[in-house]
Amino acid sequence: MMLMTVGAIELKLDWWVVVLSGVTVAVTIWMGFWAARKARTASDFFVAGRSVSVGWNASAISGEYLSAASFMGIAGMVMSSGYDALWYPVCYACGYLFLLLFIAGPLRRFGAYTIPDFAEGRFDSPLFRKIAVTFVLFIGFFYTMPQMNGAGKALAYIIPGLPYWVGVAVVGAVITVNVAVGGMKGITLVQAFQYWLKMFAISVPVFVLVAVFGGYGSQLKANVTAGEKAAGVTVVEAASGAGVKREALPPSDAAKKVSVPADETWIAPFGPRSSKPAKTAQGAGVKIEDTRPYALLWTYSLIIALVCGTAGLPHILVRFYTNPDGVAAKRTTMWVMILIGVFYLFPPVFGVLGRNLMPELYNGASGVKGTDGSVLKLPLLLGGVWGSVLSGVTCAGAFAAFMSTFSGLLVSITGALAHDIYGRILRPQSTPEQRMQMFKVFAFVCGGAAILLGLVVENFEINMLVGWAFAIAATSYFPLLFLSTWWRGITMKGAATGMLAGGMLSLVSIVSTMFADNWGADGLKAWYAVHPLVRTLAEQPAIWGLPLALVLMVTVSRATRATVPADVRRKMLVLHAPEALGLKEEYIKEHEGLGH
Amino acid sequence: MQSPQSEHEDFIHSEAFLHRLMRRQFRLSAACAAAFVVVLLGMPLMNYFAPELMAVRVGGFTVSWLVLGVLFFPFVWVISGIFIRKSLRMEREEAELALEENRRRGV
Repeated sequence: MMLMTVGAIELKLDWWVVVLSGVTVAVTIWMGFWAARKARTASDFFVAGRSVSVGWNASAISGEYLSAASFMGIAGMVMSSGYDALWYPVCYACGYLFLLLFIAGPLRRFGAYTIPDFAEGRFDSPLFRKIAVTFVLFIGFFYTMPQMNGAGKALAYIIPGLPYWVGVAVVGAVITVNVAVGGMKGITLVQAFQYWLKMFAISVPVFVLVAVFGGYGSQLKANVTAGEKAAGVTVVEAASGAGVKREALPPSDAAKKVSVPADETWIAPFGPRSSKPAKTAQGAGVKIEDTRPYALLWTYSLIIALVCGTAGLPHILVRFYTNPDGVAAKRTTMWVMILIGVFYLFPPVFGVLGRNLMPELYNGASGVKGTDGSVLKLPLLLGGVWGSVLSGVTCAGAFAAFMSTFSGLLVSITGALAHDIYGRILRPQSTPEQRMQMFKVFAFVCGGAAILLGLVVENFEINMLVGWAFAIAATSYFPLLFLSTWWRGITMKGAATGMLAGGMLSLVSIVSTMFADNWGADGLKAWYAVHPLVRTLAEQPAIWGLPLALVLMVTVSRATRATVPADVRRKMLVLHAPEALGLKEEYIKEHEGLGH
Repeated sequence: MQSPQSEHEDFIHSEAFLHRLMRRQFRLSAACAAAFVVVLLGMPLMNYFAPELMAVRVGGFTVSWLVLGVLFFPFVWVISGIFIRKSLRMEREEAELALEENRRRGV
């Protein structure tokens, strides 16, 4: 991989790109300080004073959710593996439906600061807070690494010759300062702004490109399906449309190495991505028809991981506490789905255009030098100043993506440390002011740790790390939240067993495929080769991990039913009763003086 | 843990109310989830068992690409819009009913 990137396309320093990216970073810093003036209390820092309006909050959640993987990764995946990659944007957006239907309202009504707060409050168990906080930190740092990785690679791409660490350090430092001075209240505004910037940056170039090179549908038409190929249809359109403009590109010596995927597997389901585990296991000789059952299984497991994982990501869940009430939490979720859904219509268009107009990106390089660069490079096909300006716009959008997702992650990690570990476990008697001070200290500590982790993962693939975070969230937090809001028989032991077993086994099985492929576990590799089914399940564990977690939670809870919290009916009532009945205030009053 | 009123008198804190409320909420959520899950999980099955049908061209798109890449988003918006309308109405009804019942009992 590394050798091939040397010969990949290098962009000459383009001032439009540098200026527009620089403006994005500068505006982010300025808005962070501007918003920070209004953040004074502990509540402002942890949950933005619980007073964020639906419009702002929906924009901020969307801004936080649309990470580098969404902004550049999806276009890159669609370009490299076609139809199979369409599941990612769809499930990223649809996960919010599960959140809306089962979790958003009850979670907000419970009135906690963080997910570990909910975990302790629901089970009256300080031990469970510790387990929950460990998962928040674990998933948070997992999700942080790809953001850092993307930032480092993108900056090195925008300013050729700049080392990888500079991007990591710049994005890390900017956001750390933002979070430290303004907390949740400070970043809410910034993230809302960054959503609209990303929306602008992804949609406007698509409209222009489509106007010049032909629409989404007509571009897709150039990719013949297996049936059409048999009937003798050939490609003409794509080549003729692009031929003239292609010369505007910098000359590329990597073009010789390109390996463009075949049309009929690219446009059809069960193509290269979903059949990869079975194919890697059985070797190159296996026929595509034989991998189809495994590809179907893989697709289902991916759907479960992405949909349930979205509904269990701690840094997304924590945002629901910033709503004034449960009704607002539901309305916010609805708007998030619309804002995210509209956004996700565009990256696949880049993928399709890239497939037809920029085959030189199929150079085998990872990150922005390969297919992930399609969002940044396609506007250059327009040529001239406008090509540069639009490419600058997409680069600015990419920066907004790293920064907004990282700021959300940092608030969630810092909140877990300052509120849960310092404020509840180490120093329960600390005042809100002390906790706020610790929030600032921990913001710098976590920001520093994130930068260091980012430097370590230079050669990792962005989407792989994000996929891990989703699989773990889907098999640990989602079953926990689902059962503890809807089933009163669940006990702390049941919840903890299911969550730990589901999350850990999923992680172990994913890592085992990494060992088999990259880290020299040849015995395991050979074993997986004769067991393509196990190999597929190991690479996409959600399809067994989620049911396993649920079954364990139910059986262990039944075995320990004596430990169901005594006031469980009261807790359920607070989770489910409409706000109009005013039960939450009553509940909080009763728990005052008990450390809540 | 003592509630402000004795449990026999206060309808809001009664088992009957909680049971009824959670049941109605869960039914609504499960119905909406089912509509979504049938389509979401049906797509791979259609792709698997009816590949020719799913490869038919509509405006340049194949059917499977059009459904997944474009039409799926508005479909989910419709489901969530219906859910929110129904759920807000249902919770308003339940709150009114509970308060009414409490007034009747003179709590």
